[in-house]
Amino acid sequence: MEELLVTARSNALIDPGLHIWTWEVAMYLFLGGMTAGIMVFAAAMTLLNKDEEAPLATTQLALLGPVVLSLGMTTLFLDLEHKLFVYRFYTAFMPLSPMSWGSWVLVFIYPVSLLQILSTLRNGYPRLAVYPDRSALGRRVLDWCESNRRSIAMAAIPFGVALGIYTGILLSAFSARPFWNTGILGPLFLVSGLSTAAALVALAARRHGERLMFTRIDLVLILVELALVALFLINLSTGSGVQIEALESIMGGPYTLLFWGLFIGAGLLVPLLLEVLELRGVSMKVVLLAPVLVLLGGYLLRQVMLDVGQESTWTQYPSQYNAELLDRLHR
Amino acid sequence: MTRFAMVIDTRTCIGCGDCVVACKTENKVPAGLNRDWIVEATSGTYPNLKTEFRSERCNHCSNPTCVTLCPTGASHLWQDSNIVLVDADKCTGCKACIAACPYDARLVMHPDGYVDKCTFCHHRVEKGLDPACVSSCPTRCMHFGDLDDPGSEVSRLLATRSWKVLSPETGNEPNVYYLT
Ligand code: SF4
Ligand code: SF4
Repeated sequence: MEELLVTARSNALIDPGLHIWTWEVAMYLFLGGMTAGIMVFAAAMTLLNKDEEAPLATTQLALLGPVVLSLGMTTLFLDLEHKLFVYRFYTAFMPLSPMSWGSWVLVFIYPVSLLQILSTLRNGYPRLAVYPDRSALGRRVLDWCESNRRSIAMAAIPFGVALGIYTGILLSAFSARPFWNTGILGPLFLVSGLSTAAALVALAARRHGERLMFTRIDLVLILVELALVALFLINLSTGSGVQIEALESIMGGPYTLLFWGLFIGAGLLVPLLLEVLELRGVSMKVVLLAPVLVLLGGYLLRQVMLDVGQESTWTQYPSQYNAELLDRLHR
Repeated sequence: MTRFAMVIDTRTCIGCGDCVVACKTENKVPAGLNRDWIVEATSGTYPNLKTEFRSERCNHCSNPTCVTLCPTGASHLWQDSNIVLVDADKCTGCKACIAACPYDARLVMHPDGYVDKCTFCHHRVEKGLDPACVSSCPTRCMHFGDLDDPGSEVSRLLATRSWKVLSPETGNEPNVYYLT
């Protein structure tokens, strides 16, 4: 065994464990994933001609995309330490940096999402559509978007998927952080993003049928998410030494309750159970609890991943006095 | 490409911390922050204990993951060498590079907010001088030079002495060597 004493190092945000990213980034990853889900569902419902059965998702949901994404980008901006230089994301494209890919994907998300909104504006928000309809140009734009509604929807899906998966790849690309260094984070974050968007529809839908449809979709997504979490755990527990060590944080370590109790329990299993009951026709006073918990779970996934991941490391400097070490000396 | 390396003799290092002070003075590193530090590693079981002193800093890796993951190009290599620098005017303070360093060697420069790190004193290297830490060491346990030049002092030391680098498993190919 080895005991380390480090003199002269207590760098802010780095020591004793890395804690550079807090709720701002977790919130951004959560809202980014939700935006991805919003775009994908709005597009899919359009392609499946669900105007009647799922009016909210087909004609109104898309408007939330840029709103939610802008909120997320705001919290991301809050996290930057050198805020005045934020434009620097857009003076370069670094092909090996997922963060650079992400910043450029965000730029394309807005126009695609705007087209999605315009293509359903008259149906979804007749009161808003009045304004563009007043001018000849506005009418032409809306007409064009409506007649190309399906093509727009088809374009929105890959962009939505790219956005959702990037939030996970962003973290998994860090070979320096053993807890993140697994390719499963991409699909896991994507599925979680879809699930939170489905929960959002279930929460906001007025029609009983639409709510049931999205409850059913969400149920499947939660099951897939649970399977991906299982793969993630298998992946790390059969990984390298530093990965096994990183896993200890959630296997009896300080983040055990947050991961198992709150994320898995309250954020996935409880809503899963509630959704099953609802679909079985068990009448419940708290039907809205399930989607609210799914949203909470989606946020907690990002938070726990960020917290545990950034602390996981190759280099440990336990420079504090540790009484346990004394006991070992007597052995 | 020049491959600058630091070779530090753990057998003559006494952990005095002069390199730490020299760096802070030379590079005006703000209070509370450090670009280099001393690790005192005691291993073994009493009474068979062994202590090793290591002066640590950024390893100016040959495969610098901090540069790869920087989204803006602020983290870059100096003049076709392995010296990793940060351009403050390009840095957004996103901190990706801090997370990307397996040696936790980077730091946020307060209060400005850009990321700062060891530069191997490239401003001195340019003039043919050693980095401040190397030239200040009272036991002369630190050596600096070009590993691509087989005749350099660092190349000769690595050829004749036993050495190690920190966590070679990271795949980053660090260029700070410790003679053991
Ligand atoms: S030690 Fe860290 S900061 Fe230095 S070059 Fe390697 S990865 Fe980058
Ligand atoms: S903090 Fe600055 S140097 Fe580091 S990755 Fe971000 S932009 Fe690059």
